[in-house]
Amino acid sequence: MKRFLLPLVIFLVVVGFLGVGLNLDPREVPSPLVGKPAPAFNLPRLDDPEKKISNKDMLGQVWLFNVWASWCGACRDEHPVLVALSKSGAVPLYGMDYKDTRQEAQQWLDLGGNPYIASAMDADGRVGIDYGVYGVPETYVIDKAGVIAYKQIGPVTEEVLRNKILPLVKRLQAQ
Amino acid sequence: MRRILCLIAGFCFLINIGWAEEARPLQEDVVVEAQVQRLSEELRCLVCQNQTLADSHAELAEDLRKEIRELAAKGMSDQAIIDYLVARYGDFVRYRPPLKSTTVLLWFGPFVLLLTGVAGLFVMLRRREKLAVESALSANEARKVSELLNKES
Repeated sequence: MKRFLLPLVIFLVVVGFLGVGLNLDPREVPSPLVGKPAPAFNLPRLDDPEKKISNKDMLGQVWLFNVWASWCGACRDEHPVLVALSKSGAVPLYGMDYKDTRQEAQQWLDLGGNPYIASAMDADGRVGIDYGVYGVPETYVIDKAGVIAYKQIGPVTEEVLRNKILPLVKRLQAQ
Repeated sequence: MRRILCLIAGFCFLINIGWAEEARPLQEDVVVEAQVQRLSEELRCLVCQNQTLADSHAELAEDLRKEIRELAAKGMSDQAIIDYLVARYGDFVRYRPPLKSTTVLLWFGPFVLLLTGVAGLFVMLRRREKLAVESALSANEARKVSELLNKES
């Protein structure tokens, strides 16, 4: 009996490791930017290219920075959640339209509703590189001092919003 | 005749010089291009994670190659460019992860497993060796052996 114990233990340890491995999402690469100041940008606004929008405009408040695009499929799933969030007024939501054309982006907002206070246009994706964007949609929670507190890779679901983002926003707003 | 040949040779020489001068910016490009190539084979495309930036046709990979080309053209070193990308995308962007506290298991885990296996095998072999103890033949067994041996001859 005892001679079977050791292989059994080894087997269970391996199963444990594999089980954890299966439940990890390899697409979620932890961002080195969490805990660092949000990279600076000064981009034309989607609705009015004459006006600029900068990360410095939002200093002093906790805000969400959502990277989206009209060509992005997962953004379609995320959009209603963002629209509902924006209606609730829990936290200001700014967007960045990533590698997109103005016309298509505007059309997309007209169709699905515009949850953003304003959207920046990152037509060539340069600011996206500064933010380490590799899979749209991505959402950053940025605190009053302009430091990135959290990065959501992939769509913001109601679950993520309820369990992670909103509690974090509340905590940061209280600071 | 000789004069004409000289003229032709001189002319060719002049053309050569002309070409060489035109080729100079290209030469610089070759250096930058080699650096871009070298780096994009070291860096991971985060969209298709098992491909290098050099292999990948993802749009992000193209953007990053463009970015690397611009940084290389500015004269940044390989290490500086890698650091630039690691600051944005994390260590995962490197195909060869650096040795630090969080990656110790990754680097040495396989060797630890190998050594454990070898040690286990060694212990097991030693144990088996002990199990097979030499013992003297009993009188009965000795008789049987000699009987068998005699039968053979």
